Amino acid sequence: MMQPGLYHILIISAALFFIGVFGFFTRRNLITMLMSIELILNSVNLNFIAFNKYVWPHKMDGLFFSLFVIAIAAAEAAVAIAIIINLYRSHQSIDVEDAGEMKY
Amino acid sequence: MMNPVYIALIPLLPLAGFLMLGLFGRKFFKETSGIIATLLLLTAFGLSVYVAYDYFTHANGGVYPKTIAFQYTWLRFTDTLSIDMGALIDPISVMMLLVVTFVSLMVHIYSLAYVKGEERFATYYAYLMLFTFSMLGLVLSSNLFQIYIFWELVGLSSFLLIGFYYNKPSAVAACKKAFIVTRFADLGFLIGILILSFYSGTLDFATLINTLTTPESAAMKNAVTASFLGVSAISWGMALVFIGGAGKSAMFPLHIWLPDAMEGPTPVSALIHAATMVVAGVFLVARLFPVFALTTPAVLEIVGWVGAFSAIFAAMIACTQTDIKRVLAYSTMSQIGFMLFALGVSKYGGENGLGFTASMFHLFTHAMFKALLFLGAGAVIHYVHSNEMKDMGGLRKLLPITHITFLIACLAIAGVPPFAGFFSKEEILLAAFNGNKTIYYVALLTSGLTAFYMFRLYFNIFWSKEPATQHDKHHGEGGFAMMMPLVLLAIGAAAAGFIPFGNFVSSDGAKLESHFHLAFSAAPVLIGLSGILLAFVMYKKQSNKATNLANSLGGIYKTVYHKFYIDELYLFITKKILFNLIGRPAAWFDKNVVDGLVNATGNATTMISAKIKGMQSGRVQQYAAYFFAGVFGLVLIFLYIWK
Repeated sequence: MMQPGLYHILIISAALFFIGVFGFFTRRNLITMLMSIELILNSVNLNFIAFNKYVWPHKMDGLFFSLFVIAIAAAEAAVAIAIIINLYRSHQSIDVEDAGEMKY
Repeated sequence: MMNPVYIALIPLLPLAGFLMLGLFGRKFFKETSGIIATLLLLTAFGLSVYVAYDYFTHANGGVYPKTIAFQYTWLRFTDTLSIDMGALIDPISVMMLLVVTFVSLMVHIYSLAYVKGEERFATYYAYLMLFTFSMLGLVLSSNLFQIYIFWELVGLSSFLLIGFYYNKPSAVAACKKAFIVTRFADLGFLIGILILSFYSGTLDFATLINTLTTPESAAMKNAVTASFLGVSAISWGMALVFIGGAGKSAMFPLHIWLPDAMEGPTPVSALIHAATMVVAGVFLVARLFPVFALTTPAVLEIVGWVGAFSAIFAAMIACTQTDIKRVLAYSTMSQIGFMLFALGVSKYGGENGLGFTASMFHLFTHAMFKALLFLGAGAVIHYVHSNEMKDMGGLRKLLPITHITFLIACLAIAGVPPFAGFFSKEEILLAAFNGNKTIYYVALLTSGLTAFYMFRLYFNIFWSKEPATQHDKHHGEGGFAMMMPLVLLAIGAAAAGFIPFGNFVSSDGAKLESHFHLAFSAAPVLIGLSGILLAFVMYKKQSNKATNLANSLGGIYKTVYHKFYIDELYLFITKKILFNLIGRPAAWFDKNVVDGLVNATGNATTMISAKIKGMQSGRVQQYAAYFFAGVFGLVLIFLYIWK
């Protein structure tokens, strides 16, 4: 059985990243957009861990960074959901196209 | 040596009065400000008399010392170059202390009645105090820059007082004119100060004069060898300093402000534009006299010619004017011309320094009789409510005290013995006779003209015709406060000539015996008397002799009456030439180029932002796309260009 190498993981990570970017640009629902952002963040996490394991196996920096990213993603999700709830209260909708007042 | 506190108090008392009346006068001292100011001035005058007595009784071996009573270093640039505030006590500053405080006191008393009932009574006295303080500071200056500071202060107070009736457009125009013309001259003064201090390395009078009169000193060699347009730096410096003096003293061609300055209240004209401030230029030349006489005699000669020309020029104009204050203004200019050419023909030291003594003597006596003339004219104007000669006439019975005192002043200025002007003018003429014959003949002619126009004024005011009946008789001559200064000044104008002035003031501080030649004085006295006689014939009774003479002179009379069109010339130069050739192009440049650049920047910003504001659409996903495009762009740059 073939062990997965660095490139396999990087391909998965890149795929995950672009799925996230695609979702962020195409979805109109704010919750879905938030989920897309989580995908992007997790693709970054994968990168960190993969590079840590294959390039500098004796160090832990990549692991710590991914832990940071997870913590920040959690905080970001809390803030984003709070914003979404407020937006729903004022606009009766969580469609990003409906919240376009903040322009010139 | 006397206590420096007394000397310091002389200028500081008026300063205190100015601060008090200026800050609180209108609220708390509305009625009493005049009394307060007069009492302060009385104290200052008393102190001046004491200082003068003390100074002149303590001659050091026949020579009056120049002493620094006190000095405070204000700004230090180098070890020798510093701006100080101090008091230099020497014969001329002590004499000026007396003159300034005395005339100022007289004017303060006189104004009690003259300016009474004026809305800004307290402000008026505050300004008078400010002027007195500045003038005293000016005459006491121990430092060239200190004199400049006070020089500007007297200019300022003159400006404020000329424009005292600020709701009168002519007064506003006059005060602006006075300020701008003197300010223009002061620019020359400032450049002169900078040149002198640059070469001598000091601003202190004693050191400055010492350095610039020692031909061996290194500073002096530099100053003489450095030249601009073929004239040595020191000559430029002294000439520029004299321009400042000429502006303040209303010498041709910077005299145009003085006649207009008569728009101010008459007591102010007596104080500032007759007795004290306008002689500041003479004082300045006298202060720097050793440098003028020993180092730059050529500049001193210019001083002499400017003085002589202004003297006769102003005397001719004075003969034609009908506004009595303007006659007096031109007469002042003429008399200051006398003082300046007396300095101009003088040399330094001993017998040859007669002109210096004569000039200071004339300054002293002139202050008396000219202040008296102005205050007398003030009393007349107060009575008839007009400045024009045609509204006067036959006032001798109605204003007896004014009449007698005015007559004494006229006799004094005409040089009739034994009044004050006779002695001082005699000395000036003697000095001119020994120094420069041409100037002597000009001066002789001017004395004749002086006698003529003064008595033209006198006869027109007090004789000529029967008094007009419409004069309101309600306030009579103006009361004690107005008459007392007249009488005191008349005593001064009658008796000041007997002061042996050479014993006190001379170019080098040593006593100077004044010689009196009966044969010499015959010519000026005869000329003066014939001037009076001519005025008597023409103006004693109302007649058309004067008009006939004026008509027969035709164009000449008209030219003189219009003051040789100097004002028009200035207007032409400023309005037509300066405004059109410099002012308008500069305004055009400012409006179109400078403003244009600023406006273009603003317009460009507005236009570009109008174009690009659509990018801020309020749509989150669009922003994310920009961000992503940016990141993508950066990646491309780092991959292919940066490497």
